[in-house]
Amino acid sequence: MDIFANLALGFGVALTPFNLLMCLIGVLLGTLIGVLPGVGPVATIAMLLPITFNLNPIAALIMLAGIYYGAQYGGSTTAILVNLPGESSSVVTCLDGYQMARQGRAGPALATAALGSFFAGCIATLIVAMFAPPLAEVALKFGPAEYFSLMVLGLVAAVVLAHGSLLKAIAMVILGLLLGLIGTDVNSGVLRFAFGISELADGIGFVTVAMGMFGLAEIIANLEHQGTREVFTKKVTHLWPTKEDWKRIWAPILRGTFLGSALGILPGGGALLASFGAYTLEKKVSKYSREFGKGAIEGVAAPESANNAGAQTSFIPLLTLGIPSNAVMALMIGAMMIQGIAPGPQVMTERPQLFWGMIASMWVGNLMLVVLNLPLIGMWIKLLTVPYRILYPSILVFMAIGVFSLSNNPFDVLLMGLFGLLGYVCVKLECEPAPMILGFILGPLMEENLRRAMLLSRGDPLTFIQKPISAGFIIASVILLVIIALPQLRKKRAEVFVEEV
Amino acid sequence: MKIKGPKEFWAGLMFIAFGLFFLVWAVLNYQMGSAVRMGPAYFPSVLGGLLAVIGAFVLIDAFVEVGPKVPRFHFRPLIMILLGCVAFAYTLKPLGLVGATALLVFIGAFGGNEFKLREVAILYVVLVIFSVLVFVKGLTLPFPIWPAFME
Repeated sequence: MDIFANLALGFGVALTPFNLLMCLIGVLLGTLIGVLPGVGPVATIAMLLPITFNLNPIAALIMLAGIYYGAQYGGSTTAILVNLPGESSSVVTCLDGYQMARQGRAGPALATAALGSFFAGCIATLIVAMFAPPLAEVALKFGPAEYFSLMVLGLVAAVVLAHGSLLKAIAMVILGLLLGLIGTDVNSGVLRFAFGISELADGIGFVTVAMGMFGLAEIIANLEHQGTREVFTKKVTHLWPTKEDWKRIWAPILRGTFLGSALGILPGGGALLASFGAYTLEKKVSKYSREFGKGAIEGVAAPESANNAGAQTSFIPLLTLGIPSNAVMALMIGAMMIQGIAPGPQVMTERPQLFWGMIASMWVGNLMLVVLNLPLIGMWIKLLTVPYRILYPSILVFMAIGVFSLSNNPFDVLLMGLFGLLGYVCVKLECEPAPMILGFILGPLMEENLRRAMLLSRGDPLTFIQKPISAGFIIASVILLVIIALPQLRKKRAEVFVEEV
Repeated sequence: MKIKGPKEFWAGLMFIAFGLFFLVWAVLNYQMGSAVRMGPAYFPSVLGGLLAVIGAFVLIDAFVEVGPKVPRFHFRPLIMILLGCVAFAYTLKPLGLVGATALLVFIGAFGGNEFKLREVAILYVVLVIFSVLVFVKGLTLPFPIWPAFME
């Protein structure tokens, strides 16, 4: 079988001592920062990105992937112990995980999260290895029209899955697309929207945008609430789930894994949708549905498995199509571009070592998480007791240094501040920043493909619906938009998010 | 006409302003081109127009559907954090990491709810040592450590 040869190649790359070390550092740093309350995976990755600049592309991506899993895992730890989701995909873990902690069962909750995530990670890695190559082959045949339509579908899906108002999410996507166009136009060489600022010639760095919109805005918003946190530090005594627990969690872990893997592949999907979906499903099918919200272990097992599976499979569109399905993947694309790799289906054929090495390192990273984190839980808990007034100046310093180092220019730090302001305003007006980041990354790509497609079709916009694959994407986007705009479903969608949060 | 949804109202205005700005700026300054050969103004002006239209719909929504109020802006953390960033940006080269970090940490910490001088001072020292070791020595970022006049 091809897949085994490929995986062997991948493990050959991932298991070299240097790459193992990078994976380990990534996982550790990711967990370390992910555990800090109020720092989500997007901010974590953006903050740690400069560390990878000096590495070779393979090591850099392996480390970044490690950071991502680590941040995910750290997020669930805070969700269980402090009732503060470190990131949106562990929001549902708070519901039952925190209740378990209050009943003195924080240990089993943490262990369940770790083991469920590990199992899900194993399966999802296999799924990525199986489905990525055929998908990449299909994608190699895509022309500009297909790519443009695919990006439209991706953005529409991102909008549908955003919280709150649909219109505002669409507006944020378009705003992101526009901001992405700032800088030199590749076709004509004209400087667009630079206002005479020479630093804008290369466009706005996406790290700057992400750190401002997510990092800074989060800090400012967090400083408003002066809530005391109740941390269950001493109560984490026995970690291992009991026999009874095992009986109750294996099925939810399985269901969560498969649902999460499926939802992760969808454009706009990923960990967030996966965990919400799995929790809702589990609540419906479980024998213990009445215990949900009061500390049911299934309510931890299912969403935690699902969000890890989803986090993993959301790499599929990234690796095969070069299209990010969520804000984290948008950051990964940015990281690839910084390393001089054009994301897309050709990565698999042109750089098989990178492609398979990264897939293998996903599994390695997951293994490290379990092996390291169960014994290290005590240390993470200590971190949780660090007060926010100590944490946030430290985060500020690291972000400022990171952004400054992008081009050694004070301008980037100012720009980060500007986006922090925009992010804060958006928080107040309930406009989601995630769709904007996606738009921001896709802006130049979309324009490029639109131009090429229109040039090929001699200016006939019908080309997008005359090519069957492209037409399929467009039709899917329209159907999604129509469905979501129907009044009944709109209400239902609002309910889903309200109920869970 | 009464504003029923203040959040939608302001969000709508914001989107309209951004959209019109990009549209007008693009049309005035760059070449439009044609659908076959799109000029640099083509895509941004289409998007800008679209953003303004959607913004208008959001604005209309503000008069139709009742929505929550815009939560109060807390200006102290906002201003202090942003001020800290600006200070850091412009002092890193003249004052070095030691000086710029001091400004960022002290101004930033002043945006919080409690400001304990001793605690912030200790935090600052730890952060500077850590940053110098990791970023300048470890990752070899080309930052000056000490203020220019001291070297």
